[in-house]
Amino acid sequence: MQTQSDVKVFGFWVYLMTDLILFCVLFATYIVLCNNTFSGPSARQLFSMQEALTETLLLLVSSFTCSLGMLAVYRKRKVPALLWFLITFCLGVAFLVVELTEFSHFLAAGAGWTRSAFLSAFFTLVGTHGLHISVGLIWMLVALVHIGLRPFTAPSISRIFRMALFWHFLDLVWVFIFTVVYGMGHLQ
Amino acid sequence: MHHHPVALRIIGFLSSLLLTLAAYLIIVDPDAFGLKIPAAGAWILAFACVQFFVQSTCFIHLWNEKGPPWNLGIFISTLSILLIIIIGSLWIMNHLYCNMMPGQ
Amino acid sequence: MPSNNFFGKLTSDALPHVWYTLGGTAFMVLLGAMVALFLTKTNRWSWLWKEWLTSTDPKKIGTMYMLFAALMFFRGMLDALMLWVQQALAAGGQGYLTADHFQQIFTSHGDIMVFFVTMGFFFGLMNWIVPLQIGARDLAYPFLNSLGLWLTVAGGILINLFFVIGGEFANTGWLAITPLSEREFNPGVGVDYLIWSLQLSGLGSLLAGINFLVTIIKKRAPGMTLMRMPLFTWTSLCAMVLIISAFPVLTATTFLLWLDRFFDMHFFVTGFGGNQMMYFNLIWMWGHPEVYILVIPAFGMFSEIVSTFSQKKVAGYVSLVCAAIAITLLSYMVWLHHFFTMGAGANVNAFFGIVTMVIAIPSGVQVFNWILTMYRGRVIFASPMYWFMGFISTFIVGGMAGILLATPPVDYQVHNSLFLVAHFHTMIIGVALFGIFAGTTYWFPKIFGFTLNERLGKRAFWFWLIGFYVSFVPLYLLGMMGATRRLDHYDAATGWQPLFITSCIGFFFIASGVITQIIQLVVSIKERKKHLDKTGDPWNARGLEWSTSSPPPFYNFALIPTVTSRDAFWQMKQKHSSPKRLYKDIHMPKNTPMGIYIAGAAFVFGFAIVWQILWLSLLAALCVIALIIKLSCNEETEYVLPAAKVAKMEKLRTHADAK
Repeated sequence: MQTQSDVKVFGFWVYLMTDLILFCVLFATYIVLCNNTFSGPSARQLFSMQEALTETLLLLVSSFTCSLGMLAVYRKRKVPALLWFLITFCLGVAFLVVELTEFSHFLAAGAGWTRSAFLSAFFTLVGTHGLHISVGLIWMLVALVHIGLRPFTAPSISRIFRMALFWHFLDLVWVFIFTVVYGMGHLQ
Repeated sequence: MHHHPVALRIIGFLSSLLLTLAAYLIIVDPDAFGLKIPAAGAWILAFACVQFFVQSTCFIHLWNEKGPPWNLGIFISTLSILLIIIIGSLWIMNHLYCNMMPGQ
Repeated sequence: MPSNNFFGKLTSDALPHVWYTLGGTAFMVLLGAMVALFLTKTNRWSWLWKEWLTSTDPKKIGTMYMLFAALMFFRGMLDALMLWVQQALAAGGQGYLTADHFQQIFTSHGDIMVFFVTMGFFFGLMNWIVPLQIGARDLAYPFLNSLGLWLTVAGGILINLFFVIGGEFANTGWLAITPLSEREFNPGVGVDYLIWSLQLSGLGSLLAGINFLVTIIKKRAPGMTLMRMPLFTWTSLCAMVLIISAFPVLTATTFLLWLDRFFDMHFFVTGFGGNQMMYFNLIWMWGHPEVYILVIPAFGMFSEIVSTFSQKKVAGYVSLVCAAIAITLLSYMVWLHHFFTMGAGANVNAFFGIVTMVIAIPSGVQVFNWILTMYRGRVIFASPMYWFMGFISTFIVGGMAGILLATPPVDYQVHNSLFLVAHFHTMIIGVALFGIFAGTTYWFPKIFGFTLNERLGKRAFWFWLIGFYVSFVPLYLLGMMGATRRLDHYDAATGWQPLFITSCIGFFFIASGVITQIIQLVVSIKERKKHLDKTGDPWNARGLEWSTSSPPPFYNFALIPTVTSRDAFWQMKQKHSSPKRLYKDIHMPKNTPMGIYIAGAAFVFGFAIVWQILWLSLLAALCVIALIIKLSCNEETEYVLPAAKVAKMEKLRTHADAK
């Protein structure tokens, strides 16, 4: 017999699939437009693979610490849960900082989203991911407060699980951003 | 693996790390591996797909569902939609570009 | 880049000052005033809030969806009237509308009819009937149901808001084709109103899609396997799969268009490397599944109606399920047939043309199954069957036209002509709308407790059917003769005017049909005591929804039934089983104002972003986030109806029925 928590997780998973489709459209648009640089800077010229690797590793480690936090939640241990999710949160913030720095460098170099279709597509795809990360961080903060102040119940564990699922999902999407946007952009 | 959940997650993390670093090395210097650009692109895409499955197994536990595999089913159908969107769009837009853009 | 003024682009020029914006504003103000007066006089404001606006009951939400859709239907019909009269008059002359106004009208006509009328009616019927058919008390996410409704309403208000503030709607066609919809050619707020009303209602539809999908998959009564589900539930499931697969594409694409307009991006502009053809590709990637979302539920409704009124189980249940699934899968692989002429070349056109034609096969299978269901049945020609017979004729006509359009060489002749317009109106009116009318008539006694007047229903049907053919056969002919769509005037020398006038006369038949339906409703309400549905099963039907009283109690089923076969209720009737009355506690969702609050904040956000009032849009966005966080803190979303109370209510109900 399915519990209400199972039903909520399933529904959230369906929502994540729709989010995946949304990202896919942004990916398709990026791929179609990535060579339309309109005599402006190209991917090869702009992207720093070191920065991209840093961002990737930050998110990967955060996904790992998030999963450890989830384990602590299943075992109903507050302090390890708080610790792991706090580390995840900090890594997520660090990711955003690196990303926003990268964006500001591009803007300073005249490679903003108004320069060409390629750059519009880049900023939109990576920016939408960054927006999702920001939402994930807000959600993580709320979850941290709930973990701290309230006891673990089946519904609250399910809610935290959905937050963790969201975070893992964002790391998965980033793997493809790293590969398709930065990797293939650099290989051109 | 279900009895050693931490081990599963560590394996997932380390595998993903290796796949990421391998992709990075290929991207930065494809010649060192004797790869031309299209082949390098294919390799890093393959690494990304493998990492996807690693993370799905180790972090998301996509295959460990109780009861009928609805999560997996929905995921597979979404995957087909994603393929249709990407392959369809690229095929169509490529043809449109060749036929309709001036000087091509 | 966005405007820097405190009120964004909003100035006093935005207030109504032409005849149609003044008229539209006056009408809406009058309507609102009448409703407010009624509520005040009958002291029903808190009743409205507690019983309806904050309700999470899918029956109430369904009723609200249908009322809202009916309201939007009148707006869409008015648009249609204006278009028809213009085309009938404008041979060689200018008619009574300016070109720009004409374009705004056909744009809003399309968006309103597709997003708010058809989808609104379908979500309304699904909310009512799907839980009852699967033996559930509610959808999987009652709060999300409320939010989906109110987001749709918010979108509907936004699409009509230009009458009051702004004065212009988009003139780009219902899909806001680029580059016409870009800021370069359309700097005003019209396109932004279109974009954001679609974003809000699109989000509402997506949430409803997720909700119904999870409900049908996870909330079926014990024993109801997928292959024992009623066909309306099956087709609703297929439509929901399409919704979750396609609506994200709409969200993404209109978002990109908005980014072009608001942030000066270059996705679809002329220059800077933009690619307008990508917009066509993406928007139709959503657009084609969308039109199947509109028709697939109708197929399920008709399957049930034909089975009930032929007094036979439906012929070929399995093949009907396979057909619905096949249509669903294929509909995601045909979108290029909307732009064969854009130049992708023979190979691409051939592939998509062939797949489009293949969709005709499962569609045809369905028709044969329905006819076979009638064969050797003792057919009762009640008004739902009239709609069914009308639908068979229109489905075949429209389907054949579709096959022609699916053939690229033919399409090169008739693309974007009135032939195309006639085809898709045949499908939307002849399939989706006839389905809605049939389904509403069929399930009306379940929802409201009394049957509709049959005589007036049949009369309305004839007006609609005759009107439909008188309106659209001329359009098929005009399309073949070379008349393109969206013409606000044409040369008298073409000789088209008689056909346009005939088409306009057809509209008046249709309008008579609508008026007859309104009269039918009024008369039926007046005579309701004579036509009460006392048994809950007025048609001797087969699905679980008929096992409840009419209308059902708010908890749908006092005892969740256990299903042992297809046509679950029919089996129960054959066995004359009377369930043991061992009542349990029932968990029901509480009402909540959060749905209407969040949608309200989203509406303010939409309005602010259209007018580029940045501080207001930021504030509204923060409100939405704050409300969602507050929602997540709320643990008490259900209340318990104790078993004793259920027993008491059931006793009262069955006693009342017995009288």
